[in-house]
Order: sequence, then C-alpha cells, then structure tokens
Amino acid sequence: MNLPANAPRHIDAIAIGTSAGGLEALSVLVSGLEAGFRLPLLVVQHVPPSGPTQLAEIFQRKTGLRVKEADEKEPIEGGTLYFAPPGYHLLVEQDRTLSLSQDEPVHFSRPSIDVLFESAADAWGSAVAGVLLTGANEDGAAGLEAIHLAGGLTVVQDPAEAEIDTMPRAALQRFTPDHVLPLRRIAQLLRSLE
Amino acid sequence: MAVSPVEVELKLLVEAIYHRYSYDFRDYSGASLKRRVLLSLRHIGCESVGALQRRILDDPQAFMELLQYLTIPVTEMFRDPGYYRALREHVVPVLRTYPSLKIWVAGCSTGEEVYSLAILLHEEGLLERSMLYATDINPRSLERAREGIFDMRHVRAYTLNYQQAGGTASFADYYTAAYDSVLLDRSLRSRVTFADHSLATDSVFSETHLISCRNVLIYFNKGLQNRALGLFHESLCRRGFLGLGSKETVEFSASAERFEPFVKPERIFRKL
Ligand SMILES: C[S@@+](CC[C@H](N)C(=O)[O-])C[C@H]1O[C@@H](n2cnc3c(N)ncnc32)[C@H](O)[C@@H]1O
Repeated sequence: MNLPANAPRHIDAIAIGTSAGGLEALSVLVSGLEAGFRLPLLVVQHVPPSGPTQLAEIFQRKTGLRVKEADEKEPIEGGTLYFAPPGYHLLVEQDRTLSLSQDEPVHFSRPSIDVLFESAADAWGSAVAGVLLTGANEDGAAGLEAIHLAGGLTVVQDPAEAEIDTMPRAALQRFTPDHVLPLRRIAQLLRSLE
Repeated sequence: MAVSPVEVELKLLVEAIYHRYSYDFRDYSGASLKRRVLLSLRHIGCESVGALQRRILDDPQAFMELLQYLTIPVTEMFRDPGYYRALREHVVPVLRTYPSLKIWVAGCSTGEEVYSLAILLHEEGLLERSMLYATDINPRSLERAREGIFDMRHVRAYTLNYQQAGGTASFADYYTAAYDSVLLDRSLRSRVTFADHSLATDSVFSETHLISCRNVLIYFNKGLQNRALGLFHESLCRRGFLGLGSKETVEFSASAERFEPFVKPERIFRKL
C-alpha cells in the first residue's frame, strides 16, 4: 500500500501532534494558511490537564483558517483547525466525525497524539497526512507509524531544528517517514496539499 | 472504502456480547471502543479480536474482564468543581422548594459523583429529604460504590476539588482513614440506592428532580445519545434539571427543543 514519497496522492485531512515548543512551531505552520484552505487540520498540543485553554483564541489571531476546540460528534469541515480539548483524547470516527474520550492517558498525555493519529489512520487510510513536531516525550511516534502503515503521508520536523528533539527522534527510530523537514518547508508542503 | 477485517471483528464482538450477555455496545462511538478492546487483548490473553469473541462466549469471567475495559471506570470526587459550585448556587435554591427530592446519577461508576452530591446536599440541609439513585452497568464498579471506600492517594486531590466546589466544611469531616484507604461516612451512604441500569437497554424507573449524567454520553453515538436524553426527559419532573459532563450537550440532539440551557458553561440544562 505504501506509495513512494514523491508520488502525488490524494489527501483529505492533516493531523498534527506536538508538545514542548509546539506553540511557536504551530504558529509557523498555520500562519500561511488561508480561509479557503480545502483541508481540515486536527491538532493535539499537549497542555496541562486543568486550567482554561485559550489555544483556539490565540490561534484564531494567527491564521485565516477557522479555529475551534473540537466538540464531540462534530462533523469535520475543511478550512478548519480543530484543537483537542485539554483533558480529552480526540478521535476520528469511521463516518469522519470527531469524538472525545477520557480513557487513560497515553504516554502520560491526554490528549494523546497516538490516539488521534491511530484513529485518523483508521478513518482516512492513505488520505491523511500526519505531522509530528517538537516535543519532549515519545507520544505520536507509534501513531505516525500507524499512518505510515495505512499508506498515509508522514512528515517529521527536522530534529536538528526542533526546539526539543525527543518526539521527532522517537518517530525516526521506528520507521522512515516520507519527509523530514524544517518547519518552513513543512508549511510549504501543507500548502501544496491543496 | 472497504471495511477492514478488524472493524468486522469488532462488529461481530459487540453482537456476540449483546446476544450472549444482553449488554448493548452496538451504538457506542467506534474509535474509542476499538482502542479499549485492543487494550484488553493482552490482559485477557487473546491474540485477536476474533479470538476474544470466541473466548468471551464460553467464559463469563473473561467477559467481566473485558467489561472493565469497555466501561472506562474513570471518575473523581467533585470532578470539575465549577459544576458542583453551579449546582449549589443555582440549582439548590430551586430544589429547596420541593418537600422531597429524587436525584438520579446515571453512569455513577465507583460512586464518587453521587457521594459528592450527597455531601453537597448535606451541607445545604437537603440530604434528609433526598433519595439518590445511582446506576451503572458495571457490577464491579457498583460493588465498589456501595462500599464507599476510596484510595488514600486521591484524598489530596479530592480535598482541593471539594474546596473549589464551594464546600462549607472540611472534607476530612466526611471520611475516616484506615491504612491506605478512606471510608466515607455512613450517613452519606444511607440516602443512596445503587442499581444496575443501562441507558442503552432499560427504561425509566422513577420520576426525578435532578439527573446528573456526566462523561457517559461522549461514549455513545448520536442515536444512543438521543435515546438516553429521551429517558432523562421522561424521568424529569416539570422544570427538572439535567447536568452533563463538561464536553457534553443536549444542543444538536433530538431533544434540543425540550431542554433549555440553565447554567450553560457548566452544562446544566432544564426541562421545558
Ligand atoms: C467515565 S465514567 C463516568 C463516571 C462519573 N459519571 C464521572 O463523571 O465521574 C463512565 C461510566 O458510564 C458507565 N456506562 C457506560 N455505558 C453505560 C450505559 N449504557 N448505561 C449506564 N451507564 C453506562 C460506565 O460503566 C462508567 O462507569
């Protein structure tokens, strides 16, 4: 099922995971995306479980996309950036709606990147792009590999550039993704997925 | 897109559970159900979902183990303190006007939620006139809930929650410590009836003034959510209250027109 890295493929959604250093990295990625962007973006950014999140508010100012915290059973729409709510896993259902759960944390994390990526791979198969950015734990590596095994497009931030390279390196230890790129190039790649 | 073999196995598994044990997981959200089934495989000692299905058909004990994964018995006392504060400030004044109160905690897990409500009602002088029904489908959780014994490790977090929830006494007044556990005060338990009841297959059993059903509906698909909300509507008295979990709502459901938001940020609704 795996396509060669450069073959054109049809992508329906982008899933992004990051923890420490992620806010800055995400800003770079989404600042160039405009309101008319065709694809939905689903984001797990590790945050402390309690306390209000203003992630959606903060990012609404940085991008032309519609930005919101994911609601459960919400249909997924293009041109929208969904953040996992703090304290909940974010999952994609087979009918491509979003769901939330309070199952046990994975890698001490809830939301967990693995949970999002694995369910996205199940729902979209080869039509999902997974992007793993800077972070200080190993969450996301197994999930990105699941996307890879489903034939999806996999992108890891260049560890040399990542603020904390644990997360990108954990993925690179498991498998060889389609792309290992600095943020600026990842941003270009995402725009080209249109 | 073709359905993958493991999705088929999952469908067959929940059918098998339904026909063999009458537990109905057929309308639960698929993605997290799948995760939990896969997590259970190693613990139960099965290689595949297919093997698990075979196993649970013959072995009720193995099914009971699987049920522990399927039901997510995760809870806390005074979880989301703002919810309890809102109940105290906005719902209790109305409850006070009734001579007797019936309260239903649906999906009570190991009891933390219903005991939190009992403490709140006690502090508001309403516990003596209240009957609390606490229901769940997991018999092990219900058994632990009846005992009212909690792990000492959680007490610090619960005490903090209690204070943030507007507790008017000291949380330590409500338990006695024994080794590494704490035993909740008997008087709190005396007003609570625990019972087996499924929002997926059972019907309404009593009229109620307040229903608290938190972090249960997120595990249901839209159809099953509608069923549960229908039960709540039927059970609640005129202008009764419904409290949901912090990411749950009646808006966008088939019952949306039959409830109004009462304390919206805390997901407290009122029957119209
Ligand atoms: C995550 S716990 C929530 C516990 C508690 N309400 C809280 O918010 O802390 C979910 C509970 O719902 C129960 N549950 C799942 N399906 C149910 C059903 N069909 N009917 C009643 N309870 C159910 C599970 O057994 C579990 O105890």
